[in-house]
Amino acid sequence: MRRRRPVETVMSAVFLLCGLVAVAFVLLITVYLVLSGLPAIRQVGLREFLFGTTWASTHATQPQFGILPLILTSIYGTAGAIVLGVPVGFFTAVYLAKAAPAPVAAVVRPAVQLLAGIPSVVYGLVGMTVLVPWVQRTFRLSAGDSLFASIIVLAVMILPSVISVSENALRAVPKEFEEASLALGATRLETYLRVSAPAARSGIATAVVLGVGRAIGEAMAILMVAGNAANMPSLFESVRFLTTGIAIELNYAAVGSLQRMALYSIGLVLFLFILLLNALLGLVLREGVDR
Amino acid sequence: MAPIIRAERLELYYGTHPALRGITMDLPANQITALIGPSGCGKSTFLRTLDRMNDLVPTVSIRGRVLYRGEDIYAPGRDVTALRKQIGMVFQKANPFPMSIYDNVAYGPRTHGIRDRGRLDAIVEESLRGAAIWDEVRDRLKKSALGLSGGQQQRLCIARALAVEPDVLLMDEATSALDPISAARIEELILELKQRYTIIMVTHNLQQAARVSDRTAFFLLGEVIEYGPTGQLFSMPRDKRTEEYITGRFG
Ligand SMILES: Nc1ncnc2c1ncn2[C@@H]1O[C@H](COP(=O)(O)OP(=O)(O)OP(=O)(O)O)[C@@H](O)[C@H]1O
Ligand SMILES: [Mg+2]
Repeated sequence: MRRRRPVETVMSAVFLLCGLVAVAFVLLITVYLVLSGLPAIRQVGLREFLFGTTWASTHATQPQFGILPLILTSIYGTAGAIVLGVPVGFFTAVYLAKAAPAPVAAVVRPAVQLLAGIPSVVYGLVGMTVLVPWVQRTFRLSAGDSLFASIIVLAVMILPSVISVSENALRAVPKEFEEASLALGATRLETYLRVSAPAARSGIATAVVLGVGRAIGEAMAILMVAGNAANMPSLFESVRFLTTGIAIELNYAAVGSLQRMALYSIGLVLFLFILLLNALLGLVLREGVDR
Repeated sequence: MAPIIRAERLELYYGTHPALRGITMDLPANQITALIGPSGCGKSTFLRTLDRMNDLVPTVSIRGRVLYRGEDIYAPGRDVTALRKQIGMVFQKANPFPMSIYDNVAYGPRTHGIRDRGRLDAIVEESLRGAAIWDEVRDRLKKSALGLSGGQQQRLCIARALAVEPDVLLMDEATSALDPISAARIEELILELKQRYTIIMVTHNLQQAARVSDRTAFFLLGEVIEYGPTGQLFSMPRDKRTEEYITGRFG
């Protein structure tokens, strides 16, 4: 074997080190979340913690730590964002990948990328000053802060990744498939929906999973439009998500209190959701390779 | 016999590049017409004008007329999907959809509104028989079409084209990517299909053109140099350039 030059040895050590740092952080966070998340769950009881319907962490005499409202809000909020955002994103992607004339695409594509770069606090700000009052007026509510407003903000926030990932997947569909379909007398739209989209389905599924990941992990933007009362979710009620549940109380929960420990437990639950999602993504991608 | 397709002074430009320079040609029904000529002379381009597949290329501009059963297929308001249902196409590279064999063949009929399961089953079987591949795939209709061999895939593509009951089949070098045995099977198939369909095929294989076709057109630089009965064109070409090409003395 040829002897390796010293520079190479050093560089490969550096790369290895960088890799290890990333792994170390993941491990660190996992261990930390588990260690700090478990005590409160143990104290409250797993069943009571996960399925209790009342979150009253600051009650003077009888604090309650049921996070079911938060879990359901996160699930409904994410599902709602997917239901609204994915179809819009998908059709935008079809349009951009297949139909848009070059000048239009040249405007729309950077706009979509810009959307991805907007910080979430700005989404929250616009949501708070424009969307929330609009929701209040349109649906004649006492306050516009609601699950509904949150869903809309989240739907817009997942659009960029849904659009760009699906667009790339659609572009990668071999032209021959589409020609074959058109030559059989299918229209363009039929061709895109019945041939291109199925051929791109693993890419599109990836886009959906990424969207779910972004929506379920988002805190700042929805903090400003959700109202943040820990109600069981209802479309036009004030609601609190897992993420916002942590964000709201963390800066005043006393160190060492059960309240603070329970916030860590929420973090642990959120983390498990994300892990699940990643596993799902892995599965989707593997399926894409197998086919 | 009246021609089923007639091209009249057909010109086609890719941007400013002329690919077809005034082609006038009658294509008779229920015959096999072969288009031959050196690479880049416009054979594929001509074939694709016949079912308007060139519409997909944004830079294309077309002059002249193409009459199918007497009607101009480039007339404004002409229903292109209906036209493409009547004029089917088989491509050089077999391109089955990444779906099951059954769904590949049923794709066209479904597109044209056939939903009834029994009817679809019948169409699928008949088309696969028509393309001489039924016996090989009857037990695996639900399996992915991508698992078939190249020659089988190409016959599946023929079956898929037959399933919409076209009048005319356009074939662009449909056997050039296949091994000799698969190619021979498809040649046989083409001869059988002639009973019911008008076939226009592009081929670089001169023996194939001579074996299979009734009429042959020799293309050169976007023009038809010579067009006539295959036997005559190959035995006594009228044009010197045709002779040079078929005797292999040409670029
Ligand atoms: N989409 C396109 N855009 C621009 N020019 C094109 C396009 N398709 C074909 N051409 C040009 O038009 C001319 C005719 O091409 P065509 O594909 O019809 O030739 P062909 O006879 O089928 O050749 P081959 O035997 O290699 O398949 C060529 O000069 C080619 O470069
Ligand atoms: Mg060609």
